Amino acid sequence: MEQVIFRIQRFNPDAGDKEPHFQDYVLTDDDLPLNESTVLDALNHIKWYQDDTLAHRMSCRSAICGSCAMRVNGHTKLVCRTQVSSVVRDGVVTIQPMRNMPIIKDLVVDMKMFWDKMQAVEPYLQPSDPDPEKERRQDPAVFKQYEFEATCIMCGCCVSDCTVLEVDDAFLGPAALAKAKRFVYDDRDGKKRERLQKLSGPGGIWDCVRCNECVQSCPVVVRPMDAIIKLREAALREGIGTETVGARHVKFFTESVVKTGVLDERELPMKAMGMGWALANMGTALPAILKGKIKPPPLGRHKVEKAEDVQRIYKELEEKK
Amino acid sequence: MPTHDVVIVGAGLAGMRAALEVCKAGLDVAIVSKVHPSRSHSGAAQGGIAAALDNVGIAERNMPPAKISGENVDEKVTADTPVDWRTMEGKPAYEVKNDSPLLHWFDICKGGDYLVDQDAAELCAFLAPQLIYEYEHWGCAFSRLPDGRIAQREFGGHQAPRACYAADRTGHACLHALFEQVMKNAKKIKIYSEFLMLDLILRDGVCGGIVVYDLRTGQLDVIRAKATIFATGGYGRAFSVTTNAFASTGDGVAIAYRNGIPLEDMEFVQFHPTGLYRLGILLSEAARGEGAYLLNGKMERFMQRYAPTKMEKGPRDIVARAEQIEIMEGRGGGPNKDYVYLDFRPIGEKRIREALPQISELVRRFVNLDPFKEPVPIQPSAHYSMGGIPVNIKGEVVVDTQNEQKIIGFYAAGECSCMSVHGANRLGVNSLLEATVTGYLAGKSAVEFIQGGAPLPDLPPDATARADAELKAILNNDGGENCAALAKELKETMMEKCGVFRDEDNLKKCLAKIKDLQVRFRRVSISDKGKTFNTALQDAIELGHMLDFSEVIVVGALARKESRGGHARLEYFDMKTYENIRDDENFLKHTLGYKEDDGVRLAYKPVKIYKFKPEARKY
Ligand SMILES: Cc1cc2nc3c(=O)[nH]c(=O)nc-3n(C[C@H](O)[C@H](O)[C@H](O)COP(=O)(O)OP(=O)(O)OC[C@H]3O[C@@H](n4cnc5c(N)ncnc54)[C@H](O)[C@@H]3O)c2cc1C
Ligand code: FES
Repeated sequence: MEQVIFRIQRFNPDAGDKEPHFQDYVLTDDDLPLNESTVLDALNHIKWYQDDTLAHRMSCRSAICGSCAMRVNGHTKLVCRTQVSSVVRDGVVTIQPMRNMPIIKDLVVDMKMFWDKMQAVEPYLQPSDPDPEKERRQDPAVFKQYEFEATCIMCGCCVSDCTVLEVDDAFLGPAALAKAKRFVYDDRDGKKRERLQKLSGPGGIWDCVRCNECVQSCPVVVRPMDAIIKLREAALREGIGTETVGARHVKFFTESVVKTGVLDERELPMKAMGMGWALANMGTALPAILKGKIKPPPLGRHKVEKAEDVQRIYKELEEKK
Repeated sequence: MPTHDVVIVGAGLAGMRAALEVCKAGLDVAIVSKVHPSRSHSGAAQGGIAAALDNVGIAERNMPPAKISGENVDEKVTADTPVDWRTMEGKPAYEVKNDSPLLHWFDICKGGDYLVDQDAAELCAFLAPQLIYEYEHWGCAFSRLPDGRIAQREFGGHQAPRACYAADRTGHACLHALFEQVMKNAKKIKIYSEFLMLDLILRDGVCGGIVVYDLRTGQLDVIRAKATIFATGGYGRAFSVTTNAFASTGDGVAIAYRNGIPLEDMEFVQFHPTGLYRLGILLSEAARGEGAYLLNGKMERFMQRYAPTKMEKGPRDIVARAEQIEIMEGRGGGPNKDYVYLDFRPIGEKRIREALPQISELVRRFVNLDPFKEPVPIQPSAHYSMGGIPVNIKGEVVVDTQNEQKIIGFYAAGECSCMSVHGANRLGVNSLLEATVTGYLAGKSAVEFIQGGAPLPDLPPDATARADAELKAILNNDGGENCAALAKELKETMMEKCGVFRDEDNLKKCLAKIKDLQVRFRRVSISDKGKTFNTALQDAIELGHMLDFSEVIVVGALARKESRGGHARLEYFDMKTYENIRDDENFLKHTLGYKEDDGVRLAYKPVKIYKFKPEARKY
């Protein structure tokens, strides 16, 4: 790598910008050893020696403070731990601010929504017993159940890449839900049921579409989507939220597969959303059925070959739980 | 113009712990931080936080028996009874079986090369267990023992396994536990996030708040308060190779100094032996604790020469000097022979994954090496600031040589303060503790002060004048000096001439260079004239701070003609035994550096010694 073009999205309200635009900066090996530099090193070099109007956040430069999240070639990353060599494509690296949050200037976004959602899940331990004189004892096995979520550095990568937040502001989002899981699975907390009840409401755990983007972009080991699934399991175990669309979806999904060996996609929407919804949407569904775009609801279920195998696997898994 | 009972600058462990104490008392409290609270540098701490919980036995970890020596024979003597350490009579060394605050206290004093104020260290050691349990009650994700108690491991200079930890993310676990409590009290604690403090409001020895610059809007404002607490962290960024974050620019220290408050023991800067080569990114001491080797360019375990019994597990200052000597004498690695290696391979892959998950990830990401397969280039890196704003054991800022003259309504805590818990050298895992303890004490003192009826001081009419002039001087400057280039010169000079080893000649050159840079700084100009997130302006302000306090470091180091703890002068160093030559007769005293028009004026203040008689510091 002798030279790399850094294509940076700029937006400076002080300069009268109405819309973001791209600006190219060129760095060569004479500026800094590109093969051994991180994207943050490059941004700093540009800021310090080429254009000091460029704004970006940073502090620890060791992937622990969570300041430097931004999109590199479309994916949100901590730029302090991203080597230029790992992201350069045809001599270019494209850098943009995080998504799903308003831009303040250049690569700096307003994270208010992030913190508000975090605040909404009551992100603090709420024990029901009085504090003992020494520590509350905790089985290391219990600790392991929330250890990963407790490593969240609140960088916002997952929130930036979340496909639900893109269309639905009300969704609590992966970071806040992962934080909530950390308390639900901590046996020192006394509010497990109340938490799960709240989390099962609108904007909560059932609104995740499991696209896995958050797991991909999380720079630590939180795996937010997995945390959400764990919350769903805990809620169902507690018998909470079983009548939500998401829960019914999951329930019918499992039933259908176990019974017949396949997922019956025609019946799924009706089971999940309810008969009322199905009737209300008849106007859309009927013409589609008539044109052969979708199949009519089944009159009976047919079983696929070797459905018994599916049932056997399911049974084994249940026993293992 | 916002007004609060208490305003706290800094949202690391010290700042947030102080805020919770004030909040508990039902007072109106605000936290000001230039980075969002959860981004504070406390979160980067890896290894642990010390407290003599005695959850893991000394013998259980096969550590050598612990010994206390030089303990005052007169057990009735306390901090309030003045004693002269020269005539004090110390008991011969005796063994102790278990960890205790007393043993912790002793380890701190010895580790600090006896420049420790023993009353401060006493408080720290004795308050530690209760404050650690409090973190646990707040939900802190500590690693656990099989029986469910908080896990503890050994750390250099501590004679018992007393580092409580959360894998290698202890600072993160503590910082987030505190931030969670701050969120729990969101209605009672006002947070000014991404506000840069520029000045202190101080008149006739009374503090009435601070001047802040809102990074988001570019507005200058004052925040008035009956009590002000500085918790602005360390100043490692004055050195080119440092473990510290970009935000660790010593702002609070410099602002206090500009306001006529002296700085204490600034020449004592700790260099960490295992920062990644060139980058300074920290590889925790836990790596050596777990059994990693240090190798020179010839792949020799060079600690054999310097500490044949402790080997790699010796205290930080000693190991950092050993590395530096290897490099100075041409036994370093690489084409320039300017680094040594940390070899993780002896630990074994499984244990690394379990105990040091973050470290191995860091090595892979930042230097693209596989720590399971090859040794990692490292070098001593500026890590911790033992000095800072002088405070007494209540966290009150004191400005004279007798610890008596207070600034009314002004407190400091954490790394920016100098209660002198650590003396000349801080032991690992003691500073998260110190930040917590001093935060707690400063918060408590501020509460007492206000509940005692403290009034809101009048606002001087020109409160923002100096800050306003500072901003304009930079914004309207067309002198053409580049801020980053100047910063680089300062940092490289400090690293090279005021680093692990110092000597008169280099220190003088260093001082001359700083003076020159201070003049050139007046010609720094930036092209961003905007109000929104003008980080160029922030960089320039921070450089101004670093140029001021760096001078105090160098002047203090020049005058201290001895080697003690983290301050090593080549002229006072025994190259045969590799030991510091300490001069208790002349230098067992704290340095105070006051700002005068033509530079730094030095004065000295006695060290509070009443429990452990100074002895040679041998491990
Ligand atoms: C990499 C690393 C690892 C470490 N590991 C350990 C360890 O394992 N154990 C241990 O005990 N110690 C460790 N330390 C030391 C320890 O982390 C610090 O000493 C301690 O965290 C300092 O806490 P603090 O609250 O004083 O400051 P910080 O956490 O640094 O916080 C400073 C705060 O001040 C604010 N601030 C600063 N200037 C301004 C300004 N002008 N305006 C507004 N706000 C401002 C910042 O925004 C920040 O919120 C480590 C240090 C480093 C660098
Ligand atoms: S700078 Fe702290 S996470 Fe990147």
